[in-house]
Amino acid sequence: MTTKPLRLRELAKGEDRFTFGHRMCAGCGAPIVVKQVLMATDYPIIASNATGCLEVSSCISSFTAWKIPWMHSAFENAAATISGIEAMYRSLVKQGKIEDKQVKFIAFGGDGGTYDIGFQSLSGAMERGHDMMYICYDNGAYMNTGIQRSSATPFGADTTTCPAGDVIPGKLQQRKDLTKIMAAHGIPYVAQASPSHWMDLMKKVQKAFEIKGPKFLNVISPCNRGWRSKTDDAIKLSRLAVDTCYWPLYEIENGVTRINVKPKEKKPLVDFLKPQGRFKHMFSGANEWMLTQAQEYVDRQWDLLQKQAAFSGGEEKAEDKPGAAPAEEKTEGQ
Amino acid sequence: MWEMMYIAAGDRLPIVMPLVNRALSAPLNIHGDHSDGMGARDTGWIQFYSENAQEAYDNTIQAFRVAEHLDIRVPAMVCLDGFIVSHSIERVEYIDDDKVKKFVGKFKAVNPLLDLDKPKSYGPLILTDLYHEYKRAQHEVMTKVADVVLDVAADFEKMTGRKYELFEKYRMSDAEIAIVVMSSAAGTTKDIIDEYRKKGVKIGLIKPRLFRPFPFKEMANALKKVKAVAVLDRADSFGGYGPLYYEICGAVMSLEKKPLMINKIFGLGGRDYLPDQAEQVIDELVKIVKSGKVKTVKEYIGVKE
Repeated sequence: MTTKPLRLRELAKGEDRFTFGHRMCAGCGAPIVVKQVLMATDYPIIASNATGCLEVSSCISSFTAWKIPWMHSAFENAAATISGIEAMYRSLVKQGKIEDKQVKFIAFGGDGGTYDIGFQSLSGAMERGHDMMYICYDNGAYMNTGIQRSSATPFGADTTTCPAGDVIPGKLQQRKDLTKIMAAHGIPYVAQASPSHWMDLMKKVQKAFEIKGPKFLNVISPCNRGWRSKTDDAIKLSRLAVDTCYWPLYEIENGVTRINVKPKEKKPLVDFLKPQGRFKHMFSGANEWMLTQAQEYVDRQWDLLQKQAAFSGGEEKAEDKPGAAPAEEKTEGQ
Repeated sequence: MWEMMYIAAGDRLPIVMPLVNRALSAPLNIHGDHSDGMGARDTGWIQFYSENAQEAYDNTIQAFRVAEHLDIRVPAMVCLDGFIVSHSIERVEYIDDDKVKKFVGKFKAVNPLLDLDKPKSYGPLILTDLYHEYKRAQHEVMTKVADVVLDVAADFEKMTGRKYELFEKYRMSDAEIAIVVMSSAAGTTKDIIDEYRKKGVKIGLIKPRLFRPFPFKEMANALKKVKAVAVLDRADSFGGYGPLYYEICGAVMSLEKKPLMINKIFGLGGRDYLPDQAEQVIDELVKIVKSGKVKTVKEYIGVKE
């Protein structure tokens, strides 16, 4: 199948495979991510979904927002579920019982269902080499159940299970770098994306679908409920996450690391933290050390990523196209 | 694991799963008892229990027909005792593959997920508005299982000559006292029953095969003439009675004249069930019938004191 061109005007006319009527909160990043993923391709898609916001809001009783075959089983097994579906599909094609329609298989999970509860089944499915893509929409906590910390919750964030107060100033641990952990599985394609850079995200989806084997895409997904931010800030905040290098857009393809978007000017992390109420306490006098520590961590990770890109031979390409995004996105992708 | 079993049943996925019954931690123990099967009792699966390798084999073949029956479509597990049966060598009569294939038939997928033209969503969220009705539907389908099990068993008998029912009755026609026990321990118990029959003790045995759904009516009928019953459980519900005991109590509730009942917990974690334990139980039942009194309802047997 030819990769379809990513022009907004045409994409907007395409069929919605994740349709309206779902019950996600106003301003949530997750449905935007799902729409961008499904819009990027014309391949038939079958998806599994971990328990979480996206799942409970998109298929309730006899209503569904999914126009593709979709299955939710449990919190911990979105990857195992889609790997089983993929294996069944392959088997039935091999037996000649169904025609091969080049179906692509996706598992969607939030960070709780991916970094924590579904981590074992994800790791297993990746290692077994299923032809599937796991897409994590990472909003950095268990938002569906009332903003409990996950291993994706960033350092300093105030959540209901690490509440900022007199005892602790929010989460004291750094977040788990799951993208790197997935890369360590040695799978052919791992990437980070952001809905603010829709062109980059969709290109990654398109690229991943042309690669056989397990793929992992980690997408930042703002949650105004948990981030304590404005309902219309999802795209702005995800863009700031990229511009501050808190959420670098990069890919690791067959061991070669490429930074896809290098901000012209790396913004200070506080630009990303300040609009979010969950980091509010970090700006009070006694907690300012946290801002320094958070900035140092981002700087170190960004430095390491650039070194990794240079070391693996992926640096040149990134240098070839400095700037935020391809020209087309600049004009249309706001 | 437990959660997935509820999900498989709730999603009405006609899976057949052999369950080699083993003990549960802690302390860690992998030997034969029914703790795992009983823990899965309420998951919505059909449960068959098998006495020996032949029954495990025969039940497995029949379970496909039951689980996949278009009126049923519920997952089924076929239980056999861990190590006691699973790791022993027994003579088994196999059936030719062609015959088995013909007997089981082809799997018919209903609303398949892989149908791209008519996409389906599986595993919705269902809240207070409909969950109750959904669960009632699961209950309703279970009421249809026993008839299908018997139909399939009749076909199986035609093919093999081996007869299966919802439970096995052994020397029950004139029995005054009875032991109810599942799986491998039934074999040992039958031998001891034969010994006591020689002495003139009118004892019989019931070995449940279909544990879920439980055939209450048929069980009551089988126990209606019995004066005392010992239910042997290879699992415990701590703070309660053994799980099988509750089922038998539930069954005899409908009888006008209820038998006296005792419950013995035996063989946990692979502890051998030996002839002297069966003898001890039968002696107690004889005493109970004579005195008309039960001293202790629930007791562990085969315990090192």
